[in-house]
Amino acid sequence: MENQVHIQAHDHYDHEGSKLGMWLFIFTEFLLFGGLFITYAVYKYMNPVAFHMAAEELSVTVGAINTVILLVSSATIAMSISAMQYNDVKLTKRLLLATILLAIVFLVNKYFEWGAKISHGIYPGSEQLMEVSRGELLFYGLYFFMTGLHALHIIIGVVFIAVVYFKVANGTVHAERYVLLENSGLYWHLVDAIWIFLFPLFYLIT
Amino acid sequence: MAEPTINLEQSFYEVKNYKSPILNWILSTDHKRIGLLYLYSIMTFFVVGALLGLAMKLELIAPGKTIMEAQTYNAAFTFHGIIMIFLIIIPGLPAVFGNFLLPIMIGAKDVAFPKLNLLSWWIYVLGAIVALLSQVMGDGPPDTGWTFYAPYSFKTTSTVLPALIGAFILGFSSILTGLNFIVTIHRMRAPGMTWLKMPLFPWTLYATAWIQLLATPVVGITLLMVIAEKMFQIGFFDPALGGDPILFQHLFWIYSHPAVYIMILPAMGVISEVIPTFCQKTIFGYKAIIASTLLIAFVGYFVWGHHMYTAGMSDTALWLFSLLTFLVAIPSAIKIFNWIATLYKGSINLEIPLYWALGFLFLFMIGGLTGLVLGSVATDVYVHDTSFVVAHFHFVMFGGTGTGFFAALHYWFPKMYGKSYDNTWAKVGFWGFIIGFMMLYMPMFTLGMQGMPRRYFDYLEQFHGGNILSSFGAIILIASLAIVIINLVTSAKRGKKAPKNPWDGITLEWQVDSPPTLENFETIPVVEKGPYDYKK
Amino acid sequence: MDNHSKHIVPYKTYLIILASLIVLTILSILITEIELGEYSTAGALIFASVKTFLVLSYFMHLKFDNLILKIFVGLVIAVFVAVVVITFMDYIHR
Repeated sequence: MENQVHIQAHDHYDHEGSKLGMWLFIFTEFLLFGGLFITYAVYKYMNPVAFHMAAEELSVTVGAINTVILLVSSATIAMSISAMQYNDVKLTKRLLLATILLAIVFLVNKYFEWGAKISHGIYPGSEQLMEVSRGELLFYGLYFFMTGLHALHIIIGVVFIAVVYFKVANGTVHAERYVLLENSGLYWHLVDAIWIFLFPLFYLIT
Repeated sequence: MAEPTINLEQSFYEVKNYKSPILNWILSTDHKRIGLLYLYSIMTFFVVGALLGLAMKLELIAPGKTIMEAQTYNAAFTFHGIIMIFLIIIPGLPAVFGNFLLPIMIGAKDVAFPKLNLLSWWIYVLGAIVALLSQVMGDGPPDTGWTFYAPYSFKTTSTVLPALIGAFILGFSSILTGLNFIVTIHRMRAPGMTWLKMPLFPWTLYATAWIQLLATPVVGITLLMVIAEKMFQIGFFDPALGGDPILFQHLFWIYSHPAVYIMILPAMGVISEVIPTFCQKTIFGYKAIIASTLLIAFVGYFVWGHHMYTAGMSDTALWLFSLLTFLVAIPSAIKIFNWIATLYKGSINLEIPLYWALGFLFLFMIGGLTGLVLGSVATDVYVHDTSFVVAHFHFVMFGGTGTGFFAALHYWFPKMYGKSYDNTWAKVGFWGFIIGFMMLYMPMFTLGMQGMPRRYFDYLEQFHGGNILSSFGAIILIASLAIVIINLVTSAKRGKKAPKNPWDGITLEWQVDSPPTLENFETIPVVEKGPYDYKK
Repeated sequence: MDNHSKHIVPYKTYLIILASLIVLTILSILITEIELGEYSTAGALIFASVKTFLVLSYFMHLKFDNLILKIFVGLVIAVFVAVVVITFMDYIHR
């Protein structure tokens, strides 16, 4: 198998190739958010005071808790790959489950955070937002859009990891063929890395 | 795992996994069938887009209303642009010829991710359908132009939303094709085919794939932001909500300018294949062509602002973008000299594909040089938003990419169908194309210099003469395109059987059967020579 | 060509990285508590960049991966930074 990847067209498994494909996909995701980061940068540059004021409204504690949750979940999925390489299927499954649970906790947190904002009348198109300064309106627009898109990626990540979990459970992903697990990990770290930037940009620029 | 009950010696057309002939096509993961699926979808849209273009030209044959109202005209140029850009020339060469030929040219049995490849086509179809829905839904078809400039795109009452969503979806198809090609080229080259023994068409596909991968997401998110702004009133680009409409233009062109290189680079790759074959001579400056390809892809990423000289950018940005734009002209010129130097003292065999390749050189040079007029700030301000711009980009995109597409089609047709086409009709079609093309677009340069604005259904009497010439050119052009396409379609059905290697090419695709077998090669070849070593 | 080296990262490495990431998070919060004016965003972003570097190198295995992947990641980030810089050539000089 190892040195004749192209010959086995029907049973094509190319660890490096799949991983490269995943990295390329990660680049596209990075630039997808990149467009938003450019938008953020430009509007923050144009409205420094309003962004500062609006960021005061967001709770650093909630943001920090979510940051830690994602960091821990990144570590658990990274460790699950080592566990798989050691052929410890049981631990792999546990670590994957932990990752999924942490992701769900993140989402619940996010739900309450958004909910609090919405109940205070701060949501896109709300009357209250139409009255504040345009800079603050832009800030909240970006806040809801960027964290919303990020949350969508979390959800996709949860589904992805869940699929990998079942494949580990039924043996399709195993110590010799674990590139899918590795790719789900890469994806999850990307989601984490984006949050690493979202957190200071929205919560810490006070 | 469809274990082979299939005979690997027959052509891929004979391979049938399903009873229904349609399912055999639309569920096939064979890169050759997927390439042809793209070809048929793209040609269908091309007919629609070309007829829309003709309708616009007929409207402009005389001042005032001729055959359509102003609003219809606005919808027509928008639809023409969306079809031609998003559905045809962006996927165009990579999706059709890249899919069909890339694996064969690098000595592989398929692309790296065949299922993903099929998914790309399905996403393409889905995106096309959603985009087309904008024509029938809501309060009339979109009238924003294909660029969807803010803030008009969310002020207009026409149905922009499906077109935006469609373009967003189409972007994913493009990204996945690019991803697939990069991995294929990295991982699946035949033994012995080092990077510097790879033919130039795969090289240009490689550079193109990187642009698809890195630029498309930016427009994706931009369109998504406009969608969100339209649907949820999130402030992004609307000045009323604090947004900066020029930022939309920045983000839009950060993709859409590199997209121009997505369109033209593969065409340059095709020309780099055709010219050595019909000169029976190694290409002049193989490495220079590769370097210039990569350089175009790289520098092309930073020149987007030259679409916005009159939008209100800072002066610093103006000269910076102008400088970068002139820089990107250098690698393009390098290629032109390389091709001409390849022709020099070659044993030239003037067949139809070479006609088209020479047509490419001629038309693309006019397009490229007029591009410099637009790249320099002072002259651009003068001709911005006139028909000069329209003429320029049709020379580059249609005269360049379009001609490259027909060169590719005539060059690889015998390989794809195993049939020869009728040379006489092909020549008639080619000359009609060139004459119609020049008649259609040359007057638009002069009209633009005289001040005729683009995107108007009406004009002053003083522009009448040039417009008549242009409209008749359009009729000749459409008639010749019909000849070219009908000739190819009938030849595909009833043409004479083509030999395996009709042009004496030496790249790998000419060593396999016409049409190729399912797995292309009986045994994977071992590559020892460079791609254009004709002497040894 | 396909002998991907099976480099196994010990659990302990991941735990050390995780601890450093959390410490960096806390530090980035503390630094923005201090009134640094316009530098507070820059400060927060530097911490975020260091954290991302750790995530890329260790969690995403880049440190143990092929050179070509490292080059790709570097180039993509460089392209993005260049795009941001050029965009700002417009905004800061308006």
